[in-house]
Amino acid sequence: MTTAELQVVHDADTEVPVVEMKGIGRTFPGPPEVRAVENVDLTISPGEYLSIVGTSGSGKSTLLHLLGLLDRPTAGTYVLDGVDVSTLSERRRSRLRGERIGFVFQAFHLLAHRNVVENVALSMLYQRVSRRERFERSRATLDRVGLGHRVDADPATLSGGERQRAAIARALVAEPSLLLADEPTGNLDSSNAEAVLDIFGKLHAEGLTLAVVTHDDDVSKRAQRRVRITDGTLSEEKR
Amino acid sequence: MKRPVIRRRDRPARRLSIRDLLGEALAGVTARPSRLALTTLGTVVGIAALVSTIGLGQTASGQISERFDAASATRVVVEPGERDGPDGAVQAVQLPGDAAERVNRLAGTAAAGTFARVDVGGDRVRGVPVSDPSGSIEHDIPTVAASAGLFDAVNAMIADGRVFDDGHDERGDAVVVLGKYAAERLGISRVDTQPSIFIGERSFTVVGILDSVSARAELLDAAIMPMGTAAAVYGTGAPNAVEIRTEMGAAQLIGEQAPLAVLPNNPDLLSVDVPPPPGSLREDVSTDINAVFLALGGLALLVGGLGIATVTLLSVLERTSEIGLRRAVGATRTHVAGQFVVESVIIGFLGGLIGAAAGVLATVGVSAVRDWTPLLDYRLAIVAPLLGAMIGLVAGTYPAWRAARVEPITALRTS
Ligand SMILES: Nc1ncnc2c1ncn2[C@@H]1O[C@H](COP(=O)(O)OP(=O)(O)OP(=O)(O)O)[C@@H](O)[C@H]1O
Ligand SMILES: [Mg+2]
Repeated sequence: MTTAELQVVHDADTEVPVVEMKGIGRTFPGPPEVRAVENVDLTISPGEYLSIVGTSGSGKSTLLHLLGLLDRPTAGTYVLDGVDVSTLSERRRSRLRGERIGFVFQAFHLLAHRNVVENVALSMLYQRVSRRERFERSRATLDRVGLGHRVDADPATLSGGERQRAAIARALVAEPSLLLADEPTGNLDSSNAEAVLDIFGKLHAEGLTLAVVTHDDDVSKRAQRRVRITDGTLSEEKR
Repeated sequence: MKRPVIRRRDRPARRLSIRDLLGEALAGVTARPSRLALTTLGTVVGIAALVSTIGLGQTASGQISERFDAASATRVVVEPGERDGPDGAVQAVQLPGDAAERVNRLAGTAAAGTFARVDVGGDRVRGVPVSDPSGSIEHDIPTVAASAGLFDAVNAMIADGRVFDDGHDERGDAVVVLGKYAAERLGISRVDTQPSIFIGERSFTVVGILDSVSARAELLDAAIMPMGTAAAVYGTGAPNAVEIRTEMGAAQLIGEQAPLAVLPNNPDLLSVDVPPPPGSLREDVSTDINAVFLALGGLALLVGGLGIATVTLLSVLERTSEIGLRRAVGATRTHVAGQFVVESVIIGFLGGLIGAAAGVLATVGVSAVRDWTPLLDYRLAIVAPLLGAMIGLVAGTYPAWRAARVEPITALRTS
């Protein structure tokens, strides 16, 4: 399927939500059957900075995986960037994931034995980007997160904060529509966490759409909007 | 802020080019060098065993065919033998004078002739007539006798003149054929001037000069006279040997029949020299050692393949987080499977490459020790690494399938 064949739900002229979820559910068949996410309606507009909070096991990560096309919902419809992804083939979803989504994980997931710039460039490996452009853009993005001096370093020699900044560069370099982060500061001390959150704030100011899963109030306070998951059900938090 | 619904970028490059795939696979393979070495070991041993077995087989049969040419494959020699008689006395026999004619009657004989050493009673051989006794040089040239058929039986090539015939033999003519070295020593290079040589005081006309023989090389050093002449002049009796040239492939048969034809009453008392049955040397090499080595090589390859499969599977399990990450940045299941297949193909190819080199070295080394000329089909050096790559391909299929099935959400879960 080519991009043109994709079902376009909105007109190009109106402002299209980055995320539009309706009645999304995810049930793990078990046994025992677990309804990790139930009947979630969630719309994220372009440029929004959203935090998703909730207790452990409430379904935050599951929702984030659904948002990032890493997992398929068992109910509901999901329109990403104006494209209905519920019915797409696994191949198309992989491609879309690579092009539209940037992930930041608590555990960084940097590849050992590959230097920092190679780790960042990996983000564009499965896209139509030439090798040269991949590395040029990766260096530029590492500059943006303040790691321009460590491009050739082995990730094992980086501090936790530096690793997470490298991971953020990797998430950003392919210019995603949506940056998803699952407990991005979970493995960091407060000053490194602060640095990561500063970067997120800067990205938000530049117009990037972010959704950050956290159970840390300091993290969720930085976001412009906060939703809470309780036993798989989503509710908007007023502030 | 407005966003386009579908963003398009200028994207000239391919989605994961072959070069990128190879790069990723190589990086994956070389990440743990010691493991890589261990993983290739089975393939190295297997390919090395196969290459050296085939190489040594080719080398050995090369040596055999070099020595075992057509001439020696059709040569049968019958000589008088002896054995201990029942009363303790040694039984001996003599070859009959017509031994060559008897053998010639056998189907499968191409040519046959008798050979005898002639006792000239201490006479020396001279090339110059007695007219100038002071200048003549006496040579110690052996004198032998042959029936006319002997020349044909040993594939004699004539440098000049001709060989004597049955007529010379029957009449006991005083003619000789000189071997090429004897002719050189006597200073005779042509026979159109009808040169003579002297054995003692007797003169013999030189009718021809031998250039080469395929057997009984002593003829080239000798003055050769007809059997009949030797018998009449020097009393030479029984021949020393019958030389037989058989038709191709008839050597074994003639070897069995010749003694009976030559000496019907006492065939057991003759000693017969027959070439080994065709191919038996080659088979000796191929059947015993080759079978064992090929089997061992095959076994090593099987173990090598299983080794690659096991280690690649292990590496899939170890690298689930990497697989999850690759899926998160847009890799399809096919991309992930492709990477692991290529990784195990690289391992197999490397094993094949090193194994081929080791096999060639072994072939050259053994050849050097055995004083053989190493013969190796160069295509083997190309086929062997490809065989290794094939093994890697087969071995990598299951691990790659497992890698493709890894769910990204499971792979990325924080440990
Ligand atoms: N693959 C799975 N199979 C079965 N159950 C699962 C699976 N993944 C998640 N769950 C269950 O779904 C529920 C939600 O899990 P999830 O990981 O989304 O929680 P979370 O909010 O991210 O928790 P935490 O803050 O501890 O990370 C949990 O009860 C969990 O056990
Ligand atoms: Mg979680």
